[in-house]
Amino acid sequence: MHRRISEYIIESLIRLSGFLVIAFVFLIFLFLLRDSLSLFKEYKIGEFLFGRNWLPISEPPKFGIVPLFLGSIYVTAGAIVICVPVGIAAAMFIAEVAPTFLKNILKSLIEILAAIPSVVLGFIGIVWLSPYLKQTMGLSTGMCGLTGSLLLAFMALPTIISISEDALVGVPRAYKEAAFGLGATRWQALWRIVLPAASPGIIAGVMLGIGRVIGETMVVMMVTGNSPVVPTSILQPLRTLTATIAGEMGETVSGSEHYFALFAVGLVLFIITFIINFIADSCLRRARK
Amino acid sequence: MKVKLKFTRQSLCSALASILILSAMLFAAGCSEDIDPNEPSGFVQIKGSDTIVNAAQKIAEEFMKDYPHVFVAVTGGGSGVGIASLINKTCDIATASREMKPKEIEMAEQRGVFPKEFTVAYDGVAVIVSKDNPIDKLTIEDLHRIFTGKVTNWEEFGGKDLHIVTLSREVSSGTHMYFKEEVVQLGKKDNHDEFSPETLLLTSSQTIVEEVAANDAAIGYLGMGYVSDRTKALLVAKGDEFHPPDINNVISKAYPLSRGLYFYTNGEPNGVTKLFMDFALSPKGQQQFIETGFVPVKAEEKETMDEGTLNAQKD
Repeated sequence: MHRRISEYIIESLIRLSGFLVIAFVFLIFLFLLRDSLSLFKEYKIGEFLFGRNWLPISEPPKFGIVPLFLGSIYVTAGAIVICVPVGIAAAMFIAEVAPTFLKNILKSLIEILAAIPSVVLGFIGIVWLSPYLKQTMGLSTGMCGLTGSLLLAFMALPTIISISEDALVGVPRAYKEAAFGLGATRWQALWRIVLPAASPGIIAGVMLGIGRVIGETMVVMMVTGNSPVVPTSILQPLRTLTATIAGEMGETVSGSEHYFALFAVGLVLFIITFIINFIADSCLRRARK
Repeated sequence: MKVKLKFTRQSLCSALASILILSAMLFAAGCSEDIDPNEPSGFVQIKGSDTIVNAAQKIAEEFMKDYPHVFVAVTGGGSGVGIASLINKTCDIATASREMKPKEIEMAEQRGVFPKEFTVAYDGVAVIVSKDNPIDKLTIEDLHRIFTGKVTNWEEFGGKDLHIVTLSREVSSGTHMYFKEEVVQLGKKDNHDEFSPETLLLTSSQTIVEEVAANDAAIGYLGMGYVSDRTKALLVAKGDEFHPPDINNVISKAYPLSRGLYFYTNGEPNGVTKLFMDFALSPKGQQQFIETGFVPVKAEEKETMDEGTLNAQKD
């Protein structure tokens, strides 16, 4: 009897926590939506989504999200191009090639990598990486999209490596043995059998890494120069959605047009990360089947 | 194994307990200190201009030496941040390197906040370039063409063949607003020019110093308190007389980019906030502005003041 009661209490507590998480996400979304919609009472939604100028303190202000959106996309795309091949290769090495002692060292090092605070990375970016890039690539300034992409790639690596590695290890041994039985070399087995079998898990890892990159704020605010220009190259200074919110939120009066505009930017960001996480989740589910 | 675990858990508990007791004792000791009931005590929150943040911090430190039971917290972020938090009622004093806009005052009054302005010091906005840049002086018109992106190469002014990198503060900065009105829009109300979108918007005055020091092609602006020998401050002219940004030129208004620095309170200040305002305007408080590179308000009346002492104090 006693046991049954405690069982019941624990069960309902767990259920409550589960529902609470759903409620929180839903409330955050509602809150963002309410404040964003207040903007569109005074400002045309078309001008917000397709405007090419972000001039929040001018008279009249312009809240065109195109430069910010493209800024985020450029930095994120740059980071993906750098971190996805490196991340997957590192995961393949750890899962299939490295001897056990090296595997353990690498795994703990990657955990440490994940624990570096982003503001520290940003600081390294300002003091070392941006002058270095300016000099070696002959840029007019080192505060540009590429600096941000490199640092963000660094931040996304631990996520991509550990999830991809899990996926690779999870491929049934029989697959590999069958490949060896048919006379495949180690590389052939890894590249043609294990990697495709693990691909849903790897894609999930990549998507989660992208989610991390696109939502990162501190590093991009410190190193990308924050120019609200419609970017044409990653070697240019640019401004991201996240840096805009962080840089301007402090000066807005709650309830002003600028304040609502920043909420609308937040909503756009929320929708982007929601879609990315959704894709990652469906990939993970397919991987489990 | 089990015994060992128990042992460690016990020692952990006792360690925790002793820490708790110790901190409780310290806390009690802190509380039991006798406070003269007539002595002022309380908390003043100051927020706003990044230009003034160092000066405000120094005043706060001096103030807390005189009134040890008043705690003063100073944070930067930009004049816009200070004014917004005055309106949102999250600070006692807003510091600003620009005047409040009519729109902001209107917004404040709608929320039951009645800002009162105090001019606490004067400042010149210095335009800085790298020490390796051969250019020494520019007119306001030149600066206008550089910052709006009409001229993009230093060759135009007889400098090196380099693409000009313009640096600005974030839109929350009062210096950004001041520079936009006076230089980008040339002080004309009907001028709607904007900063070139290629302008880098950096988050603090210090970041501007770092980038200018490291980049031959960069040009930036900031309060003259931030001018150091790592960068070169340009002589600026409105018309054809060039002047460097220094205390005497700001007092005489010969330097064209001179402006006031302001403190705002909600209505007439009272209690510890009034105490702090009085202190900031006292000779001791004004001295802190001089030491951080600004011009005290009282200096205008004391134009007979020996120039030598002013310069010596600046160094």
